[in-house]
Amino acid sequence: MPDTILHHPEVASPIGWSGDITRVPFRVYRDRALLHTEQERVFEGPVWNFLCLEDEIANPGDWRATVIGQMPVVVVRDGEGEIAAFENRCAHRGALICLDNAGRSAKDFQCVYHAWRYDLRGNLKSVAFRHGVNGKGGMPPGFRVEQHGPRQLRVTTLHGLVFGTFSDQTPAIEDFIGPEVLARFDRILGGRNIEIIGRFVEVLPSNWKMYAENARDSYHASLLHLFFATFKLNRLSQGGGLVVSANGGCSVSETIAPTQSDDTAYAGMRSVDDDYVLRDPRLIDVIDEHPDRVRHQIVTVFPNFVLQKTQNAMALRFFTPDGVDRTNLEWTYFGYADDTPDMRQRRLRHLNLGGPAGFVSMEDGCVGGFVERGIATAESEAAIVEMGGTGIESQATRATEAAVRGFWSLWRRVTGI
Amino acid sequence: MSALLRVAELNAAYAATIDDDRLEAWPDFFVENCLYKITSAENRKRGYSAGIVYADSRAMLHDRVTALRTANIYERHNYRHIVGLPVIGEAGDDGLTGETPFLVVRIMRDGRTDLFATGVYVDRIRDEAGRLRFAERLVVCDSSRFDTLLVIPL
Repeated sequence: MPDTILHHPEVASPIGWSGDITRVPFRVYRDRALLHTEQERVFEGPVWNFLCLEDEIANPGDWRATVIGQMPVVVVRDGEGEIAAFENRCAHRGALICLDNAGRSAKDFQCVYHAWRYDLRGNLKSVAFRHGVNGKGGMPPGFRVEQHGPRQLRVTTLHGLVFGTFSDQTPAIEDFIGPEVLARFDRILGGRNIEIIGRFVEVLPSNWKMYAENARDSYHASLLHLFFATFKLNRLSQGGGLVVSANGGCSVSETIAPTQSDDTAYAGMRSVDDDYVLRDPRLIDVIDEHPDRVRHQIVTVFPNFVLQKTQNAMALRFFTPDGVDRTNLEWTYFGYADDTPDMRQRRLRHLNLGGPAGFVSMEDGCVGGFVERGIATAESEAAIVEMGGTGIESQATRATEAAVRGFWSLWRRVTGI
Repeated sequence: MSALLRVAELNAAYAATIDDDRLEAWPDFFVENCLYKITSAENRKRGYSAGIVYADSRAMLHDRVTALRTANIYERHNYRHIVGLPVIGEAGDDGLTGETPFLVVRIMRDGRTDLFATGVYVDRIRDEAGRLRFAERLVVCDSSRFDTLLVIPL
């Protein structure tokens, strides 16, 4: 797969990253100035930012507010049924144009401050009192509305998900994520209509990149998250592996159940210690929905998007910086529109594994905070990211940090740091 | 005793059980085929059925407790529930209904004390041989945002 993302020219940086991607300077998580660099070169750079689900803006005039990094943006279905996205910032004084989280059937948008009006693609159409009142006041005669407006994004869709980019350099999304990651999108979303069944935000006490690493870190899964081991639900025979895209930034981590066993027979896996018996195995009893035995699949897309299927639970994760040491992690739970009531109920139960209270995810909320506090004065030190070698190649094991190195490989390329 | 007092007493005992870290007794506040769900006002308004905690049996509540005692990793903390007076609704087919506002403060191991959650309990309550138990307790948080993690039940 061609990897066409250009290197950002190397720049003088306060980070002083002298080594390779196996040593990550702790300053990258704590330097406030770096957040501005990341806004410009990562989020507004040659990447695809997740925006929303197509289903959320199904009809003309439907819109949703979100963020790209820390930039507020609006995603909207225009009158022709096309999707547009633009910075949620009035060209006049910079106020938010859209004040709510979402809306329906808008004909246009009007800033509340001075009533500057925009069409559904974010083009400035009119300025209140442009010609003044009774011949007095007004804008100078040379003022042209078409020369002003919030920045607009290039938008693409992938299986009902909407992504946007500010860069002309960003390759097509299929090329950006690569064929192997694309195949996992196809697996979960291909040919299916999806329906949102819940949305929650988890506020993480850490820099956004710690969560980007965590989602790619297949090494920590069985060590930090002890739920499956405690209830003796781990199968050592379970296969799996890690795929990293050619550009390093996207990945797939998978766990595969052995084919010879009946996976609903968890009762047989019970510990002799009655205290550690899962009293209601419906928490995890899975029904195969795909022609494979994959039980757990984590797909990441650089910089800040995750698509997950665990047992029969499915979720999107989208995380954005709220300052240098806080991250908003938005969980969107979904099912298929044609779910049977039984399958929908099963997804609701399996979602206990994910989210802010998830049996195998809640630890990800606090562990970044433990790192933040641990590195409080370690400005000249670096993290060791060497499990599974020094490269970013795909591996037939999850005991590797290849995808974490892949993240840094692309991050360094687009930032020039 | 009036329904109001009986539900107020039930709520007081429920809150004390959590705040005093007697979580092993927490599932006993529910009937066997219960529904306990933590959601938010926004999710409820939109008709989203998922919760961040979703237990459709008392056995799952026991599994929650076992997991938080033995499996899950988190920094030591506890809650202080302040529970308002219930509004008793229409009697349902199998017992009482009621809504009770709550406020939960989280106290971390270092003493840091934050408002963690506010909302309303939306309950269906059954009388089982003289003891009231929740057939359904929807914990409808006012906000959809949760700080860091939720492990102790609300």
